[in-house]
Amino acid sequence: MIQVEGVTKRYGPKTAVSNISFEVERGEIVGFLGPNGAGKTTTMRILTGFLPPTQGTASVAGFDVGKSPIEVKRRIGYLPEAPPLYPEMEVGDYLRFVAAIKRIPKKEIPRRVDAVLERTATGAVRDLLVGKLSKGYRQRVGLAQALIHGPEVLVLDEPTSGLDPKQIIEVRGLIRSLAGEHTILLSTHILPEVAGTCGRVIIINEGRIEASDTPENLTAQLQGANSLLLDIDGPAEEVRERLELDLAVRKVVEHEARNGRTVWRVEADKDDNLTRRLAEAVVTSGWGLYGMRSLGLSLEDIFLKLTSDESAAVQAEEEIPEPVAESDPSADEGSESGEGEDE
Amino acid sequence: MRKIWTIAMREFKVYFTSPIAYIVLAMFAVVFGYFFTSGLAFFMDYSASVQAQGGAGAPPLNVNQFVIEPSLGNMSIVLLFLVPMITMRLFAEEQRSGTIELLLTSPLQDYHIICGKWLGALLLYACLLLVAVLNISVLFLYTTPDWKPLLVSLLGLLLMGGSMIAIGTFLSTLTRNQIVAGALTFGVLLLLWVLNWISSYETSTFSRLCEYLAISPHFEQFSKGVIELKDLLYYVSAISLGLFLSKRSLEALRWKA
Repeated sequence: MIQVEGVTKRYGPKTAVSNISFEVERGEIVGFLGPNGAGKTTTMRILTGFLPPTQGTASVAGFDVGKSPIEVKRRIGYLPEAPPLYPEMEVGDYLRFVAAIKRIPKKEIPRRVDAVLERTATGAVRDLLVGKLSKGYRQRVGLAQALIHGPEVLVLDEPTSGLDPKQIIEVRGLIRSLAGEHTILLSTHILPEVAGTCGRVIIINEGRIEASDTPENLTAQLQGANSLLLDIDGPAEEVRERLELDLAVRKVVEHEARNGRTVWRVEADKDDNLTRRLAEAVVTSGWGLYGMRSLGLSLEDIFLKLTSDESAAVQAEEEIPEPVAESDPSADEGSESGEGEDE
Repeated sequence: MRKIWTIAMREFKVYFTSPIAYIVLAMFAVVFGYFFTSGLAFFMDYSASVQAQGGAGAPPLNVNQFVIEPSLGNMSIVLLFLVPMITMRLFAEEQRSGTIELLLTSPLQDYHIICGKWLGALLLYACLLLVAVLNISVLFLYTTPDWKPLLVSLLGLLLMGGSMIAIGTFLSTLTRNQIVAGALTFGVLLLLWVLNWISSYETSTFSRLCEYLAISPHFEQFSKGVIELKDLLYYVSAISLGLFLSKRSLEALRWKA
């Protein structure tokens, strides 16, 4: 449905997007993930025909963006990062205007406006001025605007930015409900959004695609190994020896001391029964097991790993002042698990 | 055409949902009203004295020449101030708020957007002319002015306003700051306005060129009820040039956005 081939975009000497290629199949929801300034918005603007690429071609629904922009624009619904709303218009008037410039036949406009108002649950604000709407409603009216001409492809640039948590959940739900009818490309720098809504993730950084896969596969691929945290009440050396007995276990490290007990970090090969076996081993040895937690790589870790070389440096720095890190165990764990992956 | 009209009607309505239309109309009504009333007072005074001197045999003074012509001529000065107020927001505001992205990603050609906006502004300008006509129509109650030259002057004013609005539309595409767009428009229009002053003390080719390029001298013939091809051509070219430059500027906007 969307095909991007070798697209490069330069602004003067600065390269915003560098030779990227990807495809999105019909009906897919693809998340475009990357830090701010990675080139997400630029890529979307190229797809929607707002910007011409410096090099390369992009096509939507079989139409080349450069050669037949009008055909492409008819098939794309686009929600820019700042919803393109006219504050001095009423919501209903605004949607009628958008419908008209999207070339919907005049007779059909009232029906379409009603349909998108219902779809995005904005019927209640129909007669209000756009400028008076809350951020959540603005975003929804923005979505309504993108949906009004029943586009095959939806391009949503950070659809949940600046919303409060409740609104974020609502907007995400709305996006999920649009899946199937539309092919959706959405960009975000918030990771749970991708995990929750997208079937596939394209990670982009500094204008290049770093990875493209399902959220699960990305996690699995990069994970490779398993790490666990075990909070055990028992004699340190014996515990270590017992834990190392397990065949899957590769390494046992003292993670921290807590209330006279020791928290161990266990690194092991992927093994579904590991948790169960270790718990059994601890309990049958007569020690107390106070806590057990998997330190799986979250999308956050993957994202950081893929997108920033600096993050490695940051992690290294974090590890030096051990006593300080103790006061913030969660940050410490995060960095250590990252380090574990590097080995 | 429907696409142009859709854009134009939105622009036109926005003028009336914001204070712009009311301020422009009120300012114009007051200033034009003053021009017209003082012109009329002068005319009555003058014709009374002519009657007194020449007796009943003297031919009556022409109300077209003494009232309508000067007041419509003065009107173009008011336009210098009002046109920038009308046009400065056209593209600058869309660029600032990001709504330009909606227009440029809609299945529209650039000329639909540009002509639509120009037309929207021209419609508001036509409302100003309507105020002028309202004033002048009072004359028809008491005397019989010639309506044909009046119609031609109105056409001339429409063309002159159209040219000024086209220039303002172009200048509004250059910046996302409305004040900058307005100031630029005022400066350029003022320059075009005074360009012919040079011809009063020089007769070189350059000064003749300046006179031709100036915007106001082309209205003189219209105000007398004469449509001259060169004047018509001047205004039509000015409008086309303004709209063409706007299109180019909009294309450039895509490249640098």
